[in-house]
Amino acid sequence: MITRPDDLPEEELLLSGTRSCAGCSMSLMYRTAIKALGKNTIITVPASCLTVLHGLYHKQSVLVNVIHTTFETTAASASGIVAALEALGLDEKITVVGFAGDGGTSDIGIQGLSGAAERNTNFIYACYDNEMYSNTGTQRSGQTPYMAYTTTTPHGKLEHKKNIPMIMLAHNIPYIATTCASYPLDVFNKFTRAKQFKGTRYIHVLAPCPPGWGYPTHESIEIGKLAVRTGIFPLYEIIDGKMFLSKESEPYLDPRKRLPVADYLKKQGRFKHITQQHIDTYQEYVNGQWDFISKML
Amino acid sequence: MVNSRDPKSTIAAVQHPTVGEAGKTGTWRTFRPVIDENKCILVTSPKARCHTCWMFCPEGNISKTRPPRVNYDYCKGCGICAQSCPHDAIAMRKEEDEP
Ligand SMILES: Cc1ncc(C[n+]2csc(CCOP(=O)(O)OP(=O)(O)O)c2C)c(N)n1
Ligand code: SF4
Ligand code: SF4
Ligand code: SF4
Repeated sequence: MITRPDDLPEEELLLSGTRSCAGCSMSLMYRTAIKALGKNTIITVPASCLTVLHGLYHKQSVLVNVIHTTFETTAASASGIVAALEALGLDEKITVVGFAGDGGTSDIGIQGLSGAAERNTNFIYACYDNEMYSNTGTQRSGQTPYMAYTTTTPHGKLEHKKNIPMIMLAHNIPYIATTCASYPLDVFNKFTRAKQFKGTRYIHVLAPCPPGWGYPTHESIEIGKLAVRTGIFPLYEIIDGKMFLSKESEPYLDPRKRLPVADYLKKQGRFKHITQQHIDTYQEYVNGQWDFISKML
Repeated sequence: MVNSRDPKSTIAAVQHPTVGEAGKTGTWRTFRPVIDENKCILVTSPKARCHTCWMFCPEGNISKTRPPRVNYDYCKGCGICAQSCPHDAIAMRKEEDEP
């Protein structure tokens, strides 16, 4: 486990000058994650902002092996790569990773993911969660939170976020983790830990998106930290069914330590229409989420 | 000739790793990060450790050196480095004001 910024490996596997927006935290979490995964990795990526980051044929902006797959097939594609590596006797040497957005994971890709997890196929599935279909101009996904504006929820989404890590828990896989782009050391440590397990491993990374969420580019880190400090996005690991709260989220088990959800919501354009009643509903939802977590610890 | 039975001769679309895949993204900038070496802890105390700005740059446009340097060819001017420096050593300056 590393604890300081300069403990991160110096070698950059993400090359400067990509196509992703200024201030994109998805780019930051990907840069950090591939440092942990290393060069002996094959990543399969469905249609998303992450595809765009990789660039246009015949150039690509990373030094790891990447396969571009269709929107719904991340886990099926990863399963195929795993089968091929096993046939070639290379499965011990190469890490396979499916890296998809929240839409690609919780909506269109969930059946393939569920099938692969049920078979405990040997790969890491990482979902970077920018809480909308950012690449196609911000439509609602199953991960869009309550009351967030998207082009398909013009008055705010009426439903809460779908809890994908808990759906993955129901598959009895060996490793599940949540992390956030604003904590690169946590991202690095969790990807490093995931590599040590065999079977399906799931990592959910919250990745704030300046144009989609409506905040200035320099605030990406602060917004992600507020999601954690308000208790909206808890960071934890679940190892063989047992939950461990990560140190970044530990204080917020105590409701008095949590910042009010309004501190997070009010900084973002996507919530600018919300009323006090919505804020109260949001707060109740977050408190309920922590009651659930405290029973799991 | 491509022999479809020989995996080594299979032809696929191959992409090549390239710095600046999207061109010189430094041209996207409105503000540029300028590191004040008199404030950077790596300069002011030779034994200190930091590189927080390097860690947080979404694309690795800051070097892990002492003092750190910004790669202006590709820095998109997001301001994350300036926001995250614990010693307030990075200022965001309007492009036109810079020589
Ligand atoms: C079958 C199919 N439907 C729709 C699309 C168009 N499409 C491309 S990317 C995308 C959104 C991806 O959203 P998400 O997975 O959340 O990733 P993000 O763009 O937010 O990074 C959509 C709808 C597609 N490529 N394939
Ligand atoms: S739209 Fe959002 S997630 Fe996509 S590249 Fe831009 S900042 Fe990143
Ligand atoms: S964090 Fe943003 S402003 Fe700072 S060097 Fe990187 S791209 Fe440039
Ligand atoms: S974050 Fe600030 S103090 Fe630390 S290395 Fe960068 S410029 Fe220097």
